[in-house]
Amino acid sequence: MSELIRKTAAELGRMVASGEVSAVEVTQAHLDRIAEVEPKIDAFLHVAAEAALEQARAVDERRAKGERLGPLAGVPVAHKDIFTTVDMPTTAASKILEGWRPPYDATVTRRLREAGLVIVGKTNLDEFAMGSSTENSAYKPTRNPWDLTRVPGGSSGGSAAAVAAYAVPLATGTDTGGSIRQPAAVTGIVGTKPTYGGSSRYGLIAFASSLDTPGPFARNVLDAALLHEAFSGHDPLDSTSINAPVPPVVEAARQADVSGMRVGVIKEFVEGEGYQRGVLRRFTEAVELLESLGAKTIEISCPSFAYALPAYYLIAPSECSSNLARFDAMRYGLRVGDDGTRSAEEVMALTRAAGFGPEVKRRIMLGTYALSSGYYDAYYGSAQKVRTLIARDFEAAFQQVDVLVSPTTPTTAFKLGERVDDPMAMYLADLCTIPSNLAGNAAISVPCGLAEEDNLPVGLQIIAPVLGDDRCYRVGAAVEKALEDRWGGPLLKEAPSL
Amino acid sequence: MSAITRDEVAHLARLSRLALTDEELDHFAGQLDQIIAAVARVAEVATDDIPPSSHALPLTNVFRPDEVRPGLTPQQALDQAPAVEDDRFRVPRILGEEA
Repeated sequence: MSELIRKTAAELGRMVASGEVSAVEVTQAHLDRIAEVEPKIDAFLHVAAEAALEQARAVDERRAKGERLGPLAGVPVAHKDIFTTVDMPTTAASKILEGWRPPYDATVTRRLREAGLVIVGKTNLDEFAMGSSTENSAYKPTRNPWDLTRVPGGSSGGSAAAVAAYAVPLATGTDTGGSIRQPAAVTGIVGTKPTYGGSSRYGLIAFASSLDTPGPFARNVLDAALLHEAFSGHDPLDSTSINAPVPPVVEAARQADVSGMRVGVIKEFVEGEGYQRGVLRRFTEAVELLESLGAKTIEISCPSFAYALPAYYLIAPSECSSNLARFDAMRYGLRVGDDGTRSAEEVMALTRAAGFGPEVKRRIMLGTYALSSGYYDAYYGSAQKVRTLIARDFEAAFQQVDVLVSPTTPTTAFKLGERVDDPMAMYLADLCTIPSNLAGNAAISVPCGLAEEDNLPVGLQIIAPVLGDDRCYRVGAAVEKALEDRWGGPLLKEAPSL
Repeated sequence: MSAITRDEVAHLARLSRLALTDEELDHFAGQLDQIIAAVARVAEVATDDIPPSSHALPLTNVFRPDEVRPGLTPQQALDQAPAVEDDRFRVPRILGEEA
């Protein structure tokens, strides 16, 4: 195995820019690693070796011409297969889009290319990003590099597994209810949900438009900040994009200083049922660590967070039932049963029944129910009110503290198959992450140790106000630095099972 | 009492344009009933005095300059179509027998 795959993205970018190594060498080393680990983890739906080497050659040529390269030029990145890419298939892990070639690049895709990042392929996910284990992929489940019998979380499980397996230093994800932070937590890496509107949704296949947020995965906080900065910022093509500068996330990650900061521990997320003991222990230690680093910690109550999960499972399915109406078998994607005798409506219903998996069908029907007349006020209307209450809880909390902390997920990675036919049990994986999607603020998950019961990684969630993304990185980097001093290196020295 | 009946689920499937099998309907009816019973809790705190939020951030209308920009060519637009005829999307009949 090449030593290049051990490097951080920041180091690789520096080495490529200085000419110490070529982008082609860096890319080839990672393609070799992908070939080695992919049979075990199944992180990718599509590996684009030729396209990747071509992009790498272009970076090397730019350098040879004397162009100044950006901090991530020549660094490999894995791209969640929910962003459109003109040169690679885009499926959202659904059979309804099998083999689809989009006619345009997502804004995030375009910005990766402009930064000179080398897209090595498209990663696996729960179909249309609906799920918490990547088992809802219509193609294959992805496995957790820490233990191949366990899930890598979801929905961005392919991206998380690829980074944790040292197949790539960086990956993209999307977070609608926790789909970046939860997989990052259970694979022992860093993942950020930026402020809603801070990263563009243009070309992101829509699941729940008021919640969907693109964000970065990396093995350390600084690398995540570099990728965050590379693809974020105002986009006129996304009408909900925030027209403001990207928060200074890279500077904050380098600063890594929490002295004098006020940190709130969310009471409701350490006292409830269903939390694994080892998860709570690592979390409590992380809070003590923050105090030892000079932060002031206090307990904060956010009473309406108890209603976040039910509100989310009304709002997200409602938006999904509307968004997924576009898959109508007429202009692109799968078409089933068009034998000349059936009507367009019958063909639509047959196509959608054949092309969508069970979780997508469940959510479309749940959303259709919640939005139907007679039930609208009781379900969707009430959920929207809970959304207001959650935003108010955050507002009150951030008047007292600079950041909030909680465990990222109640448990470590669960076994494949364990929750697949029990939707409510699956939904609980997002218990602590959902409030930030409903309120639109920023949050990050950083590794904070292993649970002693199962030796699996635990994530610390750090939550900041809207456009306070830099605070997530500042606190995350401080925790990371202190823990690495204690551990004598990163938590994820190697993917243990590979 | 169940929150949702199998007949209601069959109706939802029709509204959602999902041609589900009987087995699927049986399966989903039980699961949806369980999920709806769990999420109905939101009504406990949703009192009349709370304004609803449809979105995380306060947004007013966002405008862009009304400028001509390149779009897709007919060839690009039709490239991934399931069926094409005379430079158009070919679709199954959209009117019923009674039309």
